[in-house]
Amino acid sequence: MTDATRETGIVGRGNDVGARLFRQWFEGLTVAADEGRGAAYVFVMGSLCELLRVFDFPIVFPEINSLQAAVRRVAHEYLNEAENYGFSPDICGYVKADVATQLRGGAHPMGKIPKPALAVATNACNTYIKWGEIWERMYHMPLFTLDIPGSRGAGLASPQGSEDFERDRRYVEAQLVELIALCERVSGRKFDVDRLREHLGWANELSLGWKRVLELNRSRPAVFNALSDGTIYLGVANGFRGAPEGAAFFRDLVEEMAYKAEHGIGTPVEEKWRLIFVGVPCYPIFRRFSELFSDWGGVFVNSTYLWFASGGANLGFTYDLRRPLESLAEGVLLGVRDAMDSMFFQTQALARMIDDHAADGIVYHPVKSCRTVSTGLADSRRALMAIRDIPSLFVESDMMDRRVVSEAQMKNRIDAFFEGLAARRQQAAAATV
Amino acid sequence: MAYAAGVDVGSTQTKAVLIDEARRIVGRSLTDTGANVMRAAETAFHEALSDGGVPEEEVEFVVGTGYGRYKVTFGNTQVTEISCHARGAVHMFPNTRTVLDMGGQDTKAIRVQPSGEIVDFCMNDKCAAGTGRFLGAAAVALELPLAELGPTALRGERAVKISTTCTVFAESEVLSWLGKGKKIEDILLGVHESIGARSIGLLRRVGIESEVTFTGGVTKNRAMVETLNKRLGLQVNVSDESHYLGALGAALFALDRIVGARAPVPTGRETA
Repeated sequence: MTDATRETGIVGRGNDVGARLFRQWFEGLTVAADEGRGAAYVFVMGSLCELLRVFDFPIVFPEINSLQAAVRRVAHEYLNEAENYGFSPDICGYVKADVATQLRGGAHPMGKIPKPALAVATNACNTYIKWGEIWERMYHMPLFTLDIPGSRGAGLASPQGSEDFERDRRYVEAQLVELIALCERVSGRKFDVDRLREHLGWANELSLGWKRVLELNRSRPAVFNALSDGTIYLGVANGFRGAPEGAAFFRDLVEEMAYKAEHGIGTPVEEKWRLIFVGVPCYPIFRRFSELFSDWGGVFVNSTYLWFASGGANLGFTYDLRRPLESLAEGVLLGVRDAMDSMFFQTQALARMIDDHAADGIVYHPVKSCRTVSTGLADSRRALMAIRDIPSLFVESDMMDRRVVSEAQMKNRIDAFFEGLAARRQQAAAATV
Repeated sequence: MAYAAGVDVGSTQTKAVLIDEARRIVGRSLTDTGANVMRAAETAFHEALSDGGVPEEEVEFVVGTGYGRYKVTFGNTQVTEISCHARGAVHMFPNTRTVLDMGGQDTKAIRVQPSGEIVDFCMNDKCAAGTGRFLGAAAVALELPLAELGPTALRGERAVKISTTCTVFAESEVLSWLGKGKKIEDILLGVHESIGARSIGLLRRVGIESEVTFTGGVTKNRAMVETLNKRLGLQVNVSDESHYLGALGAALFALDRIVGARAPVPTGRETA
């Protein structure tokens, strides 16, 4: 970083502000918990934050709470507690860490998590529904499950603009009407469509910004690392969706990334290899996991995680504020479908990512905890290898459970992957001489 | 004359190979790794020097490989055993397209291009089932020396089914078969078939393409070679030097550095 860029105050701003927003979010949750206010528990794929904010619910993302416990290196304590309570080691680590958080009365390394007043899940992940049922049993509160038709259809299910799509959209909209009635009952507040418009507007800014930020990483060198930096931005995209802070953050982040692209400023790593990440990060050793690649000059330029775990924000879909509820239904329908397709039908999307970002290699990281994300990655890899000649690495660990994370074994595989990349580049150079 | 050395520090045994500029093996050695990994590396290296009658100062470059590669403190750099076994296998058997390396604690399947470039690889994960350790557990349970396992298994006629996939539980399963009166030969044949099946599962993950070269310590076990041949329906490449192919690959990478025949390919950190 030069003095000139440092003086601008732009470079590095996204990471700093993102971390600050996260702390503020959890401080707000702690206040809500202390005041006994019930929260809306939601999930990253189809959170409906835009709608829930109309009723002033504190928003809790249990998935984010759990991964934060792992990043802060205490997930094993939570996992052990849930397992001692009776949950099997085979159950999703996110679920178990949340169960332990509930058993601890909301005690979390970042603050205190308020109890749920209601929970909203989509059918994107079947674990969402079983997870919500745990809260129902614990707190006797309502779980609202939104049924999204045509997910896992690889774009074949009711294309936008068709009659079938309109039927699907109306089906989702009808469910939203039911959800609004539930929110009114639980919160004691009347639905205000103008407030919904306001939150949708902020979500629009966020989505457009997120899409643009992802596009700007086609720059060489990449302007951010999709594994390390990208996860911070993803957290803001989820936690502040539909909030003015989220809109402002992404406005500024686009400015930062555009500035970096224009001035050829990359990540702190000297970029030797441009990589794509598939799966969920290894949170128990999050920084080290990233270093295992960056030590070799590997920079992740994109990631399926930033697609499916941003609930479709990668699409840049914008709500039509003239018809807010109809448009919200459309956005949720498209976002959840895209999230699922980016996991289950990812071959073409990955091929585009490789081409658009001039990637040198692709890293698949299946995790023990999440069957939804991990099942099928081996097939996906084979399918991609059939259409793109690109080195790939398949390295397995977990997103939560450090008992199944073997750093030495991972390093061995990652080192061998880079040795192979180097050999390939060397041979290609020799062939052109 | 300049020499290059490769030191392969495995979980069970440490191997060292010396080669000359013509890529001929001029010295080799093998020692148990034990608890002092650094000492094992030094011992193997010095024994290889003695074997080849080569003064240490004539060895211009040393590459460490294997799980203890960072303990080869006298070495110049490190390369993973995945790259080294592939390199050694292709050097020894130039038509190699698939490599199966069966060591003490891990088994690797590697697919290579005709150029020797690694296309894909995979290894056993966090579990020693399907590795040499599995045989070690059987040897302990049956109170047989390791060297006797292969010849004994080859006398087996009706392999018992070893169903467990865990090395620790395999020991109890072996004992339970003994308790049921099964012959040691048949139990051992079953152990070999169980390991063979698991290894071939790994091979299938990377894609099996002929010729298949078998490397690592278990190559000395004739019953394992026969099991693989039968299950794969082909003859795997194996030689008296197969145990040393990881160290040989490391030595070849070291020689690259010396003669500049190839650039510092596998270390990668220097290439942009």
